[in-house]
Amino acid sequence: MSSTGIALRQISFEQKSFWRNPASAFFSFLFPIIFLVVFATLFKGQQVQVGPVKTTYDDYYIPALVAFGVMGACFTNISVTLSLRRDNGILKRLRGTPLPPWAFIAGVVGSSIIVSIVLALLTTGFGILVYGVHVPQHIGAAAASIGVGALAFCALGMAMTIAIPNAEAAPAIVNGVFLPIVFISGTFFPVPSSSVLAQIAEWFPVRHFIDAMFTAFDPAHQSASGFNGSDLLIMAAWGVGAVVLSVLRFRWEPRKS
Amino acid sequence: MTAIVVDGLRKSYGALEAVRGISFTVEEGEVFGLLGPNGAGKTTTIEILEGYRNRDGGDVTVLGIDPHGGGRKLRERVGLVLQEAAVPPMLSVTEIVELYRGYYPAPRPAAEIIELVGLTEKAGERVIKLSGGQQRRLDVALGLVGDPELIFLDEPTTGFDPSARRAAWEVVRNMRTLGKTIVLTTHYMDEAQYLADRICVIAAGKVVAQGTPETLRAGTEQLTHIRFELPDGLTVAALPLAVKVDDGTAIIETATPTRTLNELTTWAVVHGLELPNLEVTRPSLEDVYLELTRSE
Repeated sequence: MSSTGIALRQISFEQKSFWRNPASAFFSFLFPIIFLVVFATLFKGQQVQVGPVKTTYDDYYIPALVAFGVMGACFTNISVTLSLRRDNGILKRLRGTPLPPWAFIAGVVGSSIIVSIVLALLTTGFGILVYGVHVPQHIGAAAASIGVGALAFCALGMAMTIAIPNAEAAPAIVNGVFLPIVFISGTFFPVPSSSVLAQIAEWFPVRHFIDAMFTAFDPAHQSASGFNGSDLLIMAAWGVGAVVLSVLRFRWEPRKS
Repeated sequence: MTAIVVDGLRKSYGALEAVRGISFTVEEGEVFGLLGPNGAGKTTTIEILEGYRNRDGGDVTVLGIDPHGGGRKLRERVGLVLQEAAVPPMLSVTEIVELYRGYYPAPRPAAEIIELVGLTEKAGERVIKLSGGQQRRLDVALGLVGDPELIFLDEPTTGFDPSARRAAWEVVRNMRTLGKTIVLTTHYMDEAQYLADRICVIAAGKVVAQGTPETLRAGTEQLTHIRFELPDGLTVAALPLAVKVDDGTAIIETATPTRTLNELTTWAVVHGLELPNLEVTRPSLEDVYLELTRSE
């Protein structure tokens, strides 16, 4: 079978596993939607300052939540799922078959990207129809930013498993790392770039992902292209670092007690 | 043809020498039992053969290939049934077998494999709904799906109830009739005795005995036991032979059971005695095994 065929079959397997599992479908999928409804309702009609731009809360929040959904579908989902599969021997068994590791990874990443795209479309559509946010100005830039962000956060999810000792600890460690950064990066409310929190968040990829999405959605028509090159570069750098780390240290077997 | 050659295999984990110079060969088409108590080095040995671990010393070939870095070419020809490995829980039996079929160049038909492990009635069921024994049989199915020449079964029946064990044994027998070479690890002597053509017993990282179940039994100093209940009024001193008495049962250990039994029964007939519950037992392979693996 061709390489593409193998990868497509792995993606289809990952999709089945994802949608049939109530926990993963709920946390990765329903979570962002619930956040959307809660926060969008809470801050409805408020104005916020995002850098030089003054805009409605919802026009800021919808692109930020698109980024949040992608990060959940890629980073959180991959790190927790792979830790579990490593612990219960699914990865070890797979390593004993002729399936090439790249094909397995392609399945995991491809499936997470599909979930990301569905989430991005739903979040944006919901925002436009229910909360009256502006239609994204730069569709191409939005798609490219989601692509770069999804790949980077998939790689980070794989790399994260290196630091996870066992599956029971996975959700606590993953959320313990992810959620604080999500908050200080201004996912739920913009954090002024002069603040200390924002200066810390500048070092991490989350704030740059949100910024990239906001630039692409561009509700105030500030950007000519919808791209902010440095945001994408910083995310890509994190992604490349995570790939290198994963290649060196990714484990297919549970840690011996 | 020789399927596996292991010569002077060594492996340490830190200061612990798990495998201390093990050698054996496995011929094509045989069921080879690797037997030993927990911690004897069975799993380390088999995981080196499977390509999961690197060895510290010795030579190993599996189907003519060094399993360390044996890669895809070797994995296409070998089926693994690991000791503890889950199956993706949300797929059905048929779906997971079909998925794994896709990994191999010349897989067996899904329905045939599912039938072989006795899961035909559960083919449409999701893995999460299967019992422990059924999941274990699915493990075996996934090890067989690529039509491998060589199959590793690592403690395939640990934790099974007796009827599930019998069913699993039949599956292994079926595999053997397909002409597969099978390496089986177990710590159940009866399992090795029932399934294996040859047995290699390891203890504390070394081979302590190897051979067919029969030669293993013959090769030890275990004596045949003759037992009977001491009839009322009969004292040990009156008997023509030295006996041990255990809770009213006389036990005679002998290397020449025919002769000893003749002496005993002739004496009893002459004295008009009936010896209640008279029995002659050969040492069981279990006894042999316990003697071999007794830690010094």
